[in-house]
Amino acid sequence: MSSAGLSRTEFKKRIFVYTSLLPILAVYIFLRVLPILQNFLYSFFESTVVNPLQEFIGLTNYIDIFADQLFLISLRNTTVFAVFVTLFSVMIALVLAMLLSGKMRLGVLYETLYFLPVITPMVPVAVVWKWIYDPTYGLLNYGLSFLGIKPIAWLVYPDLAMWAIIIMSVWKVIGYNMIILLVGIRDIPDTFLEAAMIDGANRLQVFRFIIFPLLKPIMLFVTVISTINAYNVFTQVFIMTSGPQGAPGNAVRTLVFDIYENAFRYFKTGYAASEAVVLFLIVLFLTLVQFKLVGRER
Amino acid sequence: MRIPRFSFYGAAKHALLAVGGAFMVLPFVWMLSTSLKPPNEVLSWPPEFIPRHFTLENFATVFQTAPFVQFFFNSVAMAATATVSVLFLSALAGYVFGKFRFPGKNFLFILILATAMVPFETYMIPLYLSMVGLKWVNTFQGLVAPYLIMSYGIFFMRQNVLASIPDEILDASRIDGAGEFRIFFAIILPMLRGAAGALAIFAFMQTWAAFIWPLIITSDRGLWTMELGLGMFQYRFTVDLGPINAGSMLSILPVLTVFLLMRRHIVRGITLTGLKG
Repeated sequence: MSSAGLSRTEFKKRIFVYTSLLPILAVYIFLRVLPILQNFLYSFFESTVVNPLQEFIGLTNYIDIFADQLFLISLRNTTVFAVFVTLFSVMIALVLAMLLSGKMRLGVLYETLYFLPVITPMVPVAVVWKWIYDPTYGLLNYGLSFLGIKPIAWLVYPDLAMWAIIIMSVWKVIGYNMIILLVGIRDIPDTFLEAAMIDGANRLQVFRFIIFPLLKPIMLFVTVISTINAYNVFTQVFIMTSGPQGAPGNAVRTLVFDIYENAFRYFKTGYAASEAVVLFLIVLFLTLVQFKLVGRER
Repeated sequence: MRIPRFSFYGAAKHALLAVGGAFMVLPFVWMLSTSLKPPNEVLSWPPEFIPRHFTLENFATVFQTAPFVQFFFNSVAMAATATVSVLFLSALAGYVFGKFRFPGKNFLFILILATAMVPFETYMIPLYLSMVGLKWVNTFQGLVAPYLIMSYGIFFMRQNVLASIPDEILDASRIDGAGEFRIFFAIILPMLRGAAGALAIFAFMQTWAAFIWPLIITSDRGLWTMELGLGMFQYRFTVDLGPINAGSMLSILPVLTVFLLMRRHIVRGITLTGLKG
């Protein structure tokens, strides 16, 4: 349609649309679209400190990362982290959401308490958790001493360090999952529940046969979002595993941490870009799974 | 939902929720407690929640030994700039996508939403290299750039435009001879005030909490944000626990205050848009 075919008002509207949208789109392209695409490009190149596009090397970076022990460890650690954080945080959140779903006294207070960690920035809470896990003066070991457990160096032993970070991360995200599930439960029409109660269903049966099936799409949403977020874990790992009191590097090395080190400490940007592509594909896969499953539910 | 009264169930429920709730706030209480203790009490054994001698000296130490005043203002400047930009651009784009018809509209809208699903960490390397090209590394522009736009913001504003701005107002203004920009600034923007408040909280909190981007784009301490300053100080130096916890309190306080004041808006915004805190 040419502008000559438009009325005067329509023409003015069109001018407005273009003058306001073009700068915004330019910013989008510069800050989002281009970097997302460029990352693929860089991943096919050998890079140097001064030139990220030194030489086209095809899939060499990809072949190399899958032979790189540190990358494989990171991938494994991140997967373990994502699976357990998601599993625990969704299960606990579901219990909380069920408990909070009815009208009850102090309900808003509980919601607020559980939601608090969600809105706080990661750095300060990671700092305080590191202090809680302190082997000599930490609050956790003090609490465990009442159960007769000897002091444990939580962030020093590889397996324990991973669990310590998982627990801290579950604590951080429970509230988010809880709120989403809570809305889902409250959206279930009361008549469904009342009908079931009148038919003599007990609390467990109501949950099993009415709430759970209706909640499935939201459970799925929460699970996928949690998994995606968990795959991008970085800040708490950086804070809690580094420095004099921190865990040894590779025990809780995660994907983004590996990308960060390769790109910004060793300046292997092409190599790190190929790792970022792997992360991108994992997230893309999870997103597609969600769309497909939610689509089927409807 | 009316549940028949089982007092045992009710009591057990409250007990469970209260114990869990205590566990959730414990780290915050511990942070506050540590920040108010004099140095000789911080490492006391057994640990005590209530300091024997309350002191604010840790807060003074934070400001003296490290440029935390600078970090705090850098964070405020960064988050405020990002918030203003996100609000304005989201309102404008949300209005255009909500009320106008033009070729390529659906494609562009989906493109904007799709970029929101791609985690920042997967494209931070090219973004960093673009900043190198612009010589924006170690500059305020470079620090704030990625936070100037927010896809969910545009989505959220479009929803609000569709729900709360009737076409008749626009038509009437056009008949009165108002130009399109005038309509946007004089009529639309004021009508989106409520939505802007909710969005502002998110944009501010998200930028305030940023860590990995400030970490890679700044090496100059004069540009460090509160989060980065805290992270680096506890990382590079043997940490004094009192001051570092005082610093953590200062970083949490603005967010916590806003949350407690605007709890309802924040929770609603999160459930409506799927925003992460």
